Amino acid sequence: MRILKNNTYRNILIPLATVAAFIIIWQIIAVYVVGNMFKLPSFTDVFAAFMRDMFGARGTLPQDIVISLYHFALGMAAALAIGIPTGVAMGWFRDIDIALNPIVEVIRPIPPLAWIPFAIIWFGLTHAAAAFIIFVGAVFPIIINTYTGFRNVPKVFIEAAKVLGCTKPVCLIRKIGFPSAIPSMTAGIRVSMGIGWMCLVGAEIFGAGTGKFGLGKNLWTYYNLHQMDSVVVYMLVLGIIGISIDILFRHFVDKQTVKWQNSKD
Amino acid sequence: MPLLSIQKVTKKFPREDGKPTVALRDVYLDIEEKEFICIVGSSGCGKTTLLRIIAGLETITEGTILLNGVPVSGTDTDRGMVFQEYSLFPWKSVIDNIAFGLEMRGIPKAERREMAEKYLEIIHLEQFRDSFPHELSGGMRQRVAIARALANQPKVLLMDEPFGALDAQTRNMMQRELLEIWKETQKTIIFVTHSVDEAVFLADKIVILTPRPGKIEEVIPITLPRLRDRTAPEFAEVRKYILQKMEESAQTR
Repeated sequence: MRILKNNTYRNILIPLATVAAFIIIWQIIAVYVVGNMFKLPSFTDVFAAFMRDMFGARGTLPQDIVISLYHFALGMAAALAIGIPTGVAMGWFRDIDIALNPIVEVIRPIPPLAWIPFAIIWFGLTHAAAAFIIFVGAVFPIIINTYTGFRNVPKVFIEAAKVLGCTKPVCLIRKIGFPSAIPSMTAGIRVSMGIGWMCLVGAEIFGAGTGKFGLGKNLWTYYNLHQMDSVVVYMLVLGIIGISIDILFRHFVDKQTVKWQNSKD
Repeated sequence: MPLLSIQKVTKKFPREDGKPTVALRDVYLDIEEKEFICIVGSSGCGKTTLLRIIAGLETITEGTILLNGVPVSGTDTDRGMVFQEYSLFPWKSVIDNIAFGLEMRGIPKAERREMAEKYLEIIHLEQFRDSFPHELSGGMRQRVAIARALANQPKVLLMDEPFGALDAQTRNMMQRELLEIWKETQKTIIFVTHSVDEAVFLADKIVILTPRPGKIEEVIPITLPRLRDRTAPEFAEVRKYILQKMEESAQTR
């Protein structure tokens, strides 16, 4: 880990400088080299579009953000609710592992977007259809990493717990399995959130959802309207929200586990 | 009546080819209260298996083990165990590791921490109360593991080569400390080791186990006064006798 105290200059000013340079070069290329707002909107075009989409009378960016986050939250909640118990059961009980493994392995490689037709047929043009695609993308990394975490609980922890009076599976799963598997599980959840966020755009572009709001949905609308400056706004907003979710999650999780996890041996 | 009575215990492990491996055959052993027993034997002689059977971590193929006259089955809090590997829960602080057994009994957090405090004092690690296992040295971890086992107030403390992973100096220090803990808590201890030196230093009685199938060769009472001097001629004599016995039994097979 880098030491923050003495490196404020390096860690804050240098990135700021590169971002500024990037924006200036972007602007120069867009205005003087490409000179075509359709092929490459300039930074100032994009900034103006952002103000319009965010605060303008006809801008839908706030609603789009809310709706997309809603799709995402719904899909992630379902993925956690199904993925964690499945992973725990498969990781802890050998028979369940043997029983469910072929099903998981067959469904897992299907790209989540391939589920869009059935998502729309099953759920209609609803928020649930978009959430379902996110669910499909997110659930497998959660299952796999929860499974791995539980499979790899050191035997000596289980035996030590048994000798100390924690003998029932429920107790062992709760008191030993979960704490021991948490690092692997959180890694899986992080991956799944990244995949889920990507699936969101695809799902909305392909029409899963109510068809009115959503970052992916209206990114596509602006493309059809040839308003490429707004398309860039939506791309950037998607990126910024994606990384924000990751940072927030890491911040929350690190607080819980860093005190014992950083030098595990 | 002995505290712990091992009666005609046989343990077979199933093998792929159908012919089971006999790890222990007809093991008889009586252990009195407050005794310090060391089980020695070459690796693969079944000493760890015997200890794990007493702990309830392995099933018995034939025979019984009586604790206060009652047959044991499965793990229970009346038999505490200290493992060779580091077995502290890395996600729990030292005090919460020690209090884990009390937590399992449903004792509230503040109360069980207070109870665990006493065992923290016994192992002299008060200043590491809120540390996590990865912050401790190997010797400290094993001391906490001993405290964790003792906090559950077991009738017997089972120790499976607990100092095997430690360097020689730490090991000697831990042996002295264990004797102090033993004196203070008046526990019955069954200690498995492959180090004859360690056994002679610690034990009231040394049980020699011979390999394949594991059988008790001899039970040798050690009457040397404690604290024993490893360099004393009597110490060397006992050690020599036991080593000879172990070698003989290995050759006759």
